[in-house]
Amino acid sequence: MYPAQFDYRRAGSVDEALGLLQEHEDAKLMAGGHSLIPMMKLRLAQPPVVIDIGRLDELKGISEAGGGVRVGALTTHADIAASDILAASCPVLAEAAGHIGDAQVRNRGTIGGNIAHADPGSDLPPVLVLLGASVHLQSPSGARSVAAADFFQDLLMTDVGEDEILTHVDVPAQSAGAGAAYLKFEHPASGYAVVGAAASVTVQHGRCTAAGLVIGGVGAVPTAVDVSSLVGADLSDDAIATAASGLDTEDPLGDIFASGDYRVHVGKVYGKRALAAARDRA
Amino acid sequence: MTVSIQLEVNGKPVQAEVEPRRLLVHFLREDLGLTGANIGCETSLCGACTILVDGNAVKSCTMLAAQADGAAVTTIEGLARNGELHPLQDGFWEKHGLQCGYCTPGMILSANYLLEQNPSPSDEEIREGLKGNICRCTGYHNIVEAVKYAAERMS
Ligand SMILES: Cc1cc2nc3c(=O)[nH]c(=O)nc-3n(C[C@H](O)[C@H](O)[C@H](O)COP(=O)(O)OP(=O)(O)OC[C@H]3O[C@@H](n4cnc5c(N)ncnc54)[C@H](O)[C@@H]3O)c2cc1C
Ligand code: FES
Ligand code: FES
Repeated sequence: MYPAQFDYRRAGSVDEALGLLQEHEDAKLMAGGHSLIPMMKLRLAQPPVVIDIGRLDELKGISEAGGGVRVGALTTHADIAASDILAASCPVLAEAAGHIGDAQVRNRGTIGGNIAHADPGSDLPPVLVLLGASVHLQSPSGARSVAAADFFQDLLMTDVGEDEILTHVDVPAQSAGAGAAYLKFEHPASGYAVVGAAASVTVQHGRCTAAGLVIGGVGAVPTAVDVSSLVGADLSDDAIATAASGLDTEDPLGDIFASGDYRVHVGKVYGKRALAAARDRA
Repeated sequence: MTVSIQLEVNGKPVQAEVEPRRLLVHFLREDLGLTGANIGCETSLCGACTILVDGNAVKSCTMLAAQADGAAVTTIEGLARNGELHPLQDGFWEKHGLQCGYCTPGMILSANYLLEQNPSPSDEEIREGLKGNICRCTGYHNIVEAVKYAAERMS
């Protein structure tokens, strides 16, 4: 299985990559290539030019920034899973990255490619929406940032403009008393999430002061569930199950492996389990 | 269009001109004659094509040869030293970790990466570490035994 022919350009800097994007209409950026190469082999994507940004060290790495954590777009899933900084201030992101695909996929795939591709079965989008992360984009005319909740627009569609490069993601540090968890029901062959549930619960002085739940895999974009009923509640298993059962999407995704109704059902079950795990960690 | 690449394969410098769409696995097998990395699925799922790139296990059917420019690549052909089998190769032999052998090069390189990260993995950690490698024959039990055997000998 060969991709169709294309021209290959390797960018040595973000500026050079932006210039190449301007120069070549319909060019595609390639980070780890773990979504793009499979698409090109299936000829679902046939870009005339591929701009390899895989070596831009300026877009790699994890650092503390402004009370949160900055993750460069080209940071691999393996590096996210193994990060001490994330383990200390945002362990749920590391947990989700550690459950992506398999070791080989985690060694090549990057956070920027993962969210720019926006597969509904991806693990990172629901977690970034849950955490209130911001996605940073650079174009020749400047830089801007967008909330993760607004970044994902539709199936495989995001807010990245044609002349833009995703540079990094900023994730707020988990607050004191907060616990979060990501659980996935994975496709047995690909490892992608059929359904993924990202949940957080904050407990202060024995009271739940905040709770969140975002489900991936049921809709075209991550689906937030209103779990505000848990605030001030006792966080019993029953209260959690009731809150998670609020998962609702008008037009759930379905395929040969899992129908839409089934995904919504599994989403409620995994939502409940993820909330309970978050509570136990809070 | 072709791309010039320079890399190290099993410790030896290699220089080549490749078509941009040349997959690394085809470059290794067809241009360099290193047929150890097998092609099982071509869809990134089976792991038979697993090699090490700068020490990291990757599926060489899902990487362009052009992306490997400047990298150090290790294939199964590069594991034995001075005619001595690598402890993992020895382990697969001793513990009967293969039947048809098609998955074995990929299994061994994934296991090699796993043992670099975690020199004494539990059975469960071995199974998790080899999740990206599918075996049609063995039922995995003896593969886990082979990796444990190698882990003991390497420690
Ligand atoms: C066998 C297999 C199993 C997988 N299992 C999972 C799983 O369980 N969970 C999961 O979440 N994912 C899974 N993936 C997908 C994996 O995480 C991909 O690596 C990821 O989705 C894409 O990242 P990449 O760096 O490889 O991007 P690429 O494939 O290089 O790029 C993907 C897309 O994003 C664009 N892009 C990349 N980087 C940028 C950037 N910086 N700025 C703007 N646009 C950019 C590209 O142009 C392209 O359109 C799996 C993949 C495979 C092959
Ligand atoms: S041939 Fe590469 S994963 Fe199957
Ligand atoms: S030994 Fe035959 S596929 Fe593993």
